[in-house]
Amino acid sequence: MHTNTKYRSGKEDEGASLVNRRLFLRSAGLTTAMGTIVIAAGCTKEDHPIPGTGDAVDLGSGDIGVLNYAYALEQLEAAFYAKVVDSPYSGMTDAEKMILTDIRDHEIIHREFFKAALADKAIKGLTPNFDGIDFTSRAAVLGAAKLFEDTGVAAYNGAGRLIKDPNYLLLAGKIVSVEARHAAVIRDLINPKSGDFAGDDILDMNGMDKAVAPADILSAVKGYVKDTINGANVGK
Amino acid sequence: MDIFKIIDKFQQIDGDAVGRLEYASRRHFMNRIGSKLALTAIPMAFAAVVNKAFAQSAGAIDVLNYALTLEYLEDEFYKGGLAAANLIPASDKTIFMQIGKHESQHVAFLVKALGAKAIAKPTFDFTYNGAFADVFSNYKTFVTVSSALEDTGVRAYKGQAGALIADPQILEYALQVHSVEARHAAVARRLAATLLGMPAMKGWITGNEGAVPPIYAGEDNMTQGGVNLKGLASKTDAAITEAFDEPLTKEAVLAIAGPFIKS
Repeated sequence: MHTNTKYRSGKEDEGASLVNRRLFLRSAGLTTAMGTIVIAAGCTKEDHPIPGTGDAVDLGSGDIGVLNYAYALEQLEAAFYAKVVDSPYSGMTDAEKMILTDIRDHEIIHREFFKAALADKAIKGLTPNFDGIDFTSRAAVLGAAKLFEDTGVAAYNGAGRLIKDPNYLLLAGKIVSVEARHAAVIRDLINPKSGDFAGDDILDMNGMDKAVAPADILSAVKGYVKDTINGANVGK
Repeated sequence: MDIFKIIDKFQQIDGDAVGRLEYASRRHFMNRIGSKLALTAIPMAFAAVVNKAFAQSAGAIDVLNYALTLEYLEDEFYKGGLAAANLIPASDKTIFMQIGKHESQHVAFLVKALGAKAIAKPTFDFTYNGAFADVFSNYKTFVTVSSALEDTGVRAYKGQAGALIADPQILEYALQVHSVEARHAAVARRLAATLLGMPAMKGWITGNEGAVPPIYAGEDNMTQGGVNLKGLASKTDAAITEAFDEPLTKEAVLAIAGPFIKS
């Protein structure tokens, strides 16, 4: 069993810190008492990420806002895995390549599905910023993948309560469990045969995943996108 | 989770909520927010309040007792597997200890939240009327059943999301458990794929690929949001079905789980 402390001192942490783990933990932790502790434990001297320097993008309100929020996150994930597959890190095994290609395809399908479903209400294509990720390093890539997947799970879990149309809620449910499968498999690649696939570092003491509100997720990912995303009215 | 917003909400349903939280020593509770003790103090005080509020929502109680039935089943299954001598190889023990721990936590949470309304633990037959006769002596069978239970759990929780749409906080808890079941399922499937020599079986569900085929009926669905996604982004049918997990109704899940439940 891996405790938080033990986990953080592990080698894989190098990868995660490259993609600014602190920011995620700080933002994702804001809403829970658990988060308060995580913040203290996760505090480092890393710099703040580069703020969005591109366009201002408003996700909109109500269920459309939630769908655009999901579309924004899927865009980032799809772009990340496309780059991972196009420029494999050194030593990527065939099995890893197959997994990462599968995940890339799932994220592209999610992205294109939301784009089509939103039609003229869809936000524009975002410009990702992955400058902080060393795509030649296995630890950095898998660390970033873990962060994106865990963030995706927490985001969908937190968005569920904002959705008014049960059909959209079911769709979000169909996607979030696939993101959770990704998270588990990526975590198992990083630390095989351990308990990390559903690790004590991410689950709470009730054996539950995180559920994080859009504002906190958007704050956590803003270093990875050049556009400035406004999600203030998502679900409202 | 915004605990204060939730308390406000329950206060509207249950006028005495804060009074009873006071009884659970609210000041004590407030002082400890941010300390490690708050992690356990909050759910316990909270569950007492939730329990009362639940009384207002019969639908939510049904869903939670249904969830509890499945969690009891999973919890007892892993307890049995972990207790069996020479079943789980040392290399995989950590995985099943972690999964088992979560199922116990889910049971404890639901029992606490439901309070007097929680159903009693049923009696189980993990041999499934003999179909899995060696479930606690043959590791292949054990992993087969594990992957099937986890994937069914994912489908079961997903199928109830709509029923909880009017109970946002309970919906959120259900979602938080749902994604954990999916994490379990992914790892159990990968173990099963190796052990059973099923290379087409991945952590995600391709078509209706799984160790116990009948429970994957409908997983090969290509239509999402009323649109057939065939050819979307030039991706294969396999990838499209992998990208979406499918729900099951309570009736379908209970038909699958029925033979495990003796009484």
